[in-house]
Parts: sequence; structure tokens; C-alpha cells
Amino acid sequence: MTVLSVRNLETFYGAIMALRGVSIDVKQGEIVTILGANGAGKTTLMKTIAGLMEPEKGSIEFNGNSISGHEPDRVVAEGVVLVPEGREVFPYLTIEENLRLGAHTRRDNYAEDLELVYSYFPILKERRKQSAGYLSGGQQQMLAIGRGLMARPALMMLDEPSLGLSPLLTQEIFDIISRLNAEQQVTMLLVEQNAHIALATAHTGYVLEMGRIVMGGSTEKLRASDDIQEFYLGRSEETERGQKRWKRRKTWR
Amino acid sequence: MELIQLAVGGVANGCIYGLVALGFVLIYKTSEGVNFAQGDLMMLGAFVALGLGNSAQMGLSFWLAVPLAVCIMFCVGWGVERVVVRRIFGQPQFALVILTIALGFVFRFVAGSIWGYSPLVLETPFNGVNLRFGELVISMADLLTIVITLALTFGLWTFFAHTRIGLAAQAASQNQMAAYIVGIPVMKVNSLIWGLSGAVATVAGVLYATRGAIDPNIGLLGIKAFAAAVIGGLGSLPGALLGGMLIGVVEPIAGRYAPGGIAIMSPYIIMLAVLVTRPGGLFAQIHMKKV
Repeated sequence: MTVLSVRNLETFYGAIMALRGVSIDVKQGEIVTILGANGAGKTTLMKTIAGLMEPEKGSIEFNGNSISGHEPDRVVAEGVVLVPEGREVFPYLTIEENLRLGAHTRRDNYAEDLELVYSYFPILKERRKQSAGYLSGGQQQMLAIGRGLMARPALMMLDEPSLGLSPLLTQEIFDIISRLNAEQQVTMLLVEQNAHIALATAHTGYVLEMGRIVMGGSTEKLRASDDIQEFYLGRSEETERGQKRWKRRKTWR
Repeated sequence: MELIQLAVGGVANGCIYGLVALGFVLIYKTSEGVNFAQGDLMMLGAFVALGLGNSAQMGLSFWLAVPLAVCIMFCVGWGVERVVVRRIFGQPQFALVILTIALGFVFRFVAGSIWGYSPLVLETPFNGVNLRFGELVISMADLLTIVITLALTFGLWTFFAHTRIGLAAQAASQNQMAAYIVGIPVMKVNSLIWGLSGAVATVAGVLYATRGAIDPNIGLLGIKAFAAAVIGGLGSLPGALLGGMLIGVVEPIAGRYAPGGIAIMSPYIIMLAVLVTRPGGLFAQIHMKKV
């Protein structure tokens, strides 16, 4: 079942067209990744879905209801939560207060969810009375993910969870992302620069270039594609003469 | 004895500076800018209470007029954010400074054209009531000022530390983008805070008015209160109150014992000294930002 369906989305930064008609589908229970270089429009896509930016054209449907152009708080209440790039915690509030704010739109009791977050991130429980500003980068990323979970999201959008983290920590974060998906059935939309780990974690993927989706499909299929191999996974092919090919056309150009 | 007498009056005065400074802090925390109309909001609040309560005007009972004035000024503060401040959202901080200076002129003009420019006295049930403790004389107005200020500061502190909306307001001021992301309606929270600062200013204005006559220019007291807020470290509620008290106490003592003119300059001398030695103010949050 499709939870999120984006059709022909166009978003502008002033006069600059950042998204040029993007269409993606996210199915229930899946992890969907969006690959793309810097400036391809990945973050813009997430911000537009989250309601932080206004789309010019196109539609965003979540569980059959249109959420395009809604205020961010209504989007969160619908069950779509963004874990932003660069962590963005509340530095002077304690970790527990940060987590409680994640449940801001909820009126029911969230004590259980707090325990759930602590069970995935024990370090947060240990330091729950400390200011979030004192956490290390990896711990802030955990806090940002935990804060997202507190809203009990139907769809969680993760923007570059590996940004600025060591390879080991990145692996740890992605293990937890996989576990959350498998154990808590959280559907996820994942933007990531590290194509290796993103393709290994996700079920479906899209390639976004210059504001357009140029490729999509299951991650097995994407991994097998020559273009992905060369431009995103960095495998270099040698020609018969033993020279590295330095210029090659992408199939979609 | 004289010193204590001066200090008590000074603390009461300082409470009023502190309350206006609280308004500065509230706005600084949410809108990341300084509201230079805070003193004029105080003045307007005092006049609204006077207009409702004085027998020559609407003639309501004092105990009814004051809460009503607080409510009206809450709406004024809320409306200022809704109608004017929201339009300069995203502009440089300086836009807010200019805007609020202009708003201050507007408030002064409005008050002047309704109530005139000659000093008026707010009628209160405790005009001229004094309490004696041995040689020490404390006016009822001073005592009330101190008690109400402490209660209000404690109330505001509790609101920010322990309520859901207070926590959301803190979050919105610390990281606006993250606040949007977790689903805090940041704009509504900002309006609420502006309303709150209007209400606090009114309490300050009424307390000021219980201690002497008011005219549309008393809002200029806001500049001293701004010094108090800076001394406390813009951004700290208890700091603002303490900064206010410091100025309030030093002023009359300097007036009595120091050469003429020093008393008027004393708030700014203290502000300079604090800025040189502790640039973030006495209760700075800034040093944590480096992490």
C-alpha cells in the first residue's frame, strides 16, 4: 500500500527552480532512499513534504489526503516527521525535554514511547538530565531520531543521518534505522550521500539529479546499474587499453 | 538607617525596571530582537488602567480595572505581533529595532491624544498608606511592588520551565527550524509571547503609577530597563530582575552620596562595567553556545 505519493512537485528558491517535477511513491513498511549529488534537491524535497517550504505545483498525498502546502505542525500531526540535516536539537534544553518536545503535537500519554526511545538509545537515558548542547555529534543525531520517534510517525524522513559522523558511528546509526524499520514498522524516506550504506539499508531507491528523478526501482536493480556503479558507488572501469575512462555519458543525459 | 531606607525604595524602583526588562527578555527570546517600545507599552498599560479605574474616567473599581487593563494590553501586544511584527519576519534584526522605536512614538501619541500630556495620578485604595517598622517607613505601594514583582517573575519562570506551551516557547527561541519540525506553531507562540510581554508591561505600569504621577513620556524609563536587561544578560528572566534591582538600588544611593549627575548616569556606568568584564551579562547563556 502506498503511504506517500508525490506527483510533479515543483519548488522554487526565489527564482531558482529547485524541484522540477518530482514524483515518488513510498510504500507501507519500506525504507525508500533518495540518492543525489549536492544541490540535486534532496533536502528541498524533504522540506517541501514537511511543510517547511511551499510547493509551486504538484501534489503530495499522505494516506490519500493532500498535505501539500500545509503548515508544518499539521503535517506532523498527520504522522509525517522530519529528522533534519545537521541534527538541529534544542541546545539549552535537557535531553528529556527535547524528547518531550518531539511529542508536542500529541495529546495522549507518551511515557511508553519515551521508554522505547531509551531502549534503542541507552546513552540518551544515561544523560537525560543534561543539556542537549553537550552531546557529541553522534549522540545529537540519536537524539534527533529519538525526537522524531516520539511523534509516533507513520512516515519518518531522515535527511543525511550520517552527516559529519565517523564510519563506525554511521554504521551504528544505520543499524538502528534498519531495526526501527523492522521492529517498529516505521516507514522511512532516507536521503543520504553515502550511497553504499543507503542502498544496503533501503528497499527502494530513486536518483535525483538537478531537481528531477532520473532513475528509480528496487535497490538490487539500482545497484546493478552501470550508472549507479560508476557515479554513486565509485567503481572505476578500465578500458581494453588499460586506461581509466574519464568521461562517460550518463544514460539519462 | 538612611541607607536601608534608600535601599528599600531602590528595590521597589528596581522591581519596575526589572519588570520592564522582563518584557525585553521575553521578546528577545522569541523574536531575536529588542523591542524598544517596551517602555511605551508600560506607559500605555498604566494609562489604560487609569482610564478604566479613575473616578473622573470610567470609574471602575481598582481591583477590576487592573486585571481588565492587563487583558486589554495582552491583546495589544498580541495584535502588534499579528499585524506588524509578523510582516518583517525574516528581515535583519535592525528592522525590528526601527519598527519598535516607531511603535513607541505611536503609543506615546495615542496616550497623549486620549489622556493629555499633563501628569495624572492613578487612584488606588492604598494611596498614601505607609507601614512602619521601627524607624523604617515602607509605603504600601513599595511593598506591593516588591511582592507582585517576585510573584510574577516566579510565575513566568514556572510557565517557561514546567508547562507544555512554555517549553514550546523556549524551544522556538532556541532553534526555530527544529521547533517547526517537531510541530510547534511558532508564529502562534510568538504572538502569545508578545501578548505576555504586553501584560507584564501593564503590571509594571500600574505599579509605577501607584508610586507617583504618570504622563505619556514615562515610557522613556524603558531605556534604563534595557540597561537592566543587558546587565542580566538578555535572555535570562531572573537576570533581568536582578539587573533591574541593581540599577534601582544604586540610583538613589548614588543620588544621595555621590556628586550630582552620577545618579542619572549610574545605570549606564553599571552596564558598561558589566559589558567590559562579562560581555554576555551576569546570567549569560552564551558561553554554552560554543559547544
